[in-house]
Amino acid sequence: MTRFRHLVARDLLTAWRRPGDVLLVLAFFLLAASLFPLGVGPEPQILQRIGPGVLWVAALFAAMLSLDRLFAEDLVDGSLEHLVLAPLPLELAALAKCLAHWLTGGLPLTLMSPALGLLFGLDGSQIAVLAVSLLLGTPSLSLLGGLGAALTLGARRGGALMSLLVLPLAVPVLIFGVGAVEALAGGAGSSNALVLLAAFFLVALASTPWAIAAALRQAVE
Amino acid sequence: MAGMHALANPARFQRFSARALPWSAGLTAILLLVGLYMAFFVAPPDYQQKETVRIMFVHVPAAWWSMAGYAFLAGLGAALLVWKHPLAALMARAAAPVGAAFAATCLITGSFWGRPMWGTWWVWDARLTSMLVLFFLFLGHIALSRAFDSPERGDKAAAILALVGVINLPIIKFSVDWWNTLHQPASVMKLGGTTIHSSILIPLLVMAVAFFMLFVTLVLMRTETEIGRRRLEMAALAAE
Amino acid sequence: MSGFFAMGGYAAYVWPAYAAALIALGGVTLMSLFARARVRRELRARGLDRRGAKS
Repeated sequence: MTRFRHLVARDLLTAWRRPGDVLLVLAFFLLAASLFPLGVGPEPQILQRIGPGVLWVAALFAAMLSLDRLFAEDLVDGSLEHLVLAPLPLELAALAKCLAHWLTGGLPLTLMSPALGLLFGLDGSQIAVLAVSLLLGTPSLSLLGGLGAALTLGARRGGALMSLLVLPLAVPVLIFGVGAVEALAGGAGSSNALVLLAAFFLVALASTPWAIAAALRQAVE
Repeated sequence: MAGMHALANPARFQRFSARALPWSAGLTAILLLVGLYMAFFVAPPDYQQKETVRIMFVHVPAAWWSMAGYAFLAGLGAALLVWKHPLAALMARAAAPVGAAFAATCLITGSFWGRPMWGTWWVWDARLTSMLVLFFLFLGHIALSRAFDSPERGDKAAAILALVGVINLPIIKFSVDWWNTLHQPASVMKLGGTTIHSSILIPLLVMAVAFFMLFVTLVLMRTETEIGRRRLEMAALAAE
Repeated sequence: MSGFFAMGGYAAYVWPAYAAALIALGGVTLMSLFARARVRRELRARGLDRRGAKS
């Protein structure tokens, strides 16, 4: 457990020393979301209608941004080989990396989302549900993204390729996440969607670390 | 030594393939001719779909075998990762583009069917959307397996992706169905709700077997090509 | 015969659908054939061709 915490702390420290990386993700999220009113027009009804979907899609793309460095730097400086040989199971090490990625990506996005919700004229309950859905959904994105990063380690055209791999797999997260907010307008409760979002996270939590570990072992061979 | 082992199985495969390929190719051609004849001259126009029902004879088999094709890719992925079967990697490399072509066929023919029947080229209906995601999964597999300087690395990465994809596919299907009920689409005509008459069913089944044989033929042929390509690469490495 | 090609007024959908299927599936078939011919040619050029050899 100490080793796990150590690994998370190391990545957080790296992020702390380079605050630009986290700020870039947040800036991208803000920019991508604010392009939509310019693209579809400023009518409040339309913006409120598309707001949850737009913010979720923007969050999805923003979560892809910082992935290409998740394992790449460790591969270059040799610490990935250490991870593979270390006493800590590689599955747990992969989980630690994904947790650090979420703490420096998904969590800040979630915290920032209420402000963007206001830009789209979402009401209080919509904003609350959106934030909860992001809180439950972005960890799954970090896990799937970690898998994409591990699979494309050392590949040509890594970044675009990673999006092609990860985004189709993340379709359920997007659907349940947006569905939670839209269920409010439909009169149905959003708890259904939130439970599904949590269930997806549990499945991802149980399966992706193995796949990431397998991919990392291939990469250092 | 590892190289010798990798060639042992492929050599046996090539002897098998050389014998099987003419038969499967011939069978494909005959079945396609019979199936197309039945599709156009035996099957009557449907009372609801009229003549557009003839599109179904390519659309439905393409859908079936693209889905089965992805399951096949996942099986090959397991064969490579668990049993280290050297042929599985080459066969997956051969099969993925064929599966993608089947999925594309399903999507395009469905679009030509949807225009007169639904009044639109595309609806975000659950089955269409799932098929689109499946098409993307095939593209991801193709791109990943060819993205590395070392082909073995691409093979293994794509194998892991196929296994994760096949776990995720039912979840994607479920989520898209769920999303569809949430949005209450305009009444969509369902095929298969009513029992299909045998005059439609038999041509459909003949075409389904024909498409299966086409899949088998293409995979055999392309696996042969991949074996040859791998041997060329090994020869080039040895010459260095 | 012209009645057959008219497809009960749905010719504009039935034939393009079959053409698209032909392009997609015929295309992948042709590409597979060309790739196989190319690889065989290169194998022969390097004396790696095994056909005819007893193994």
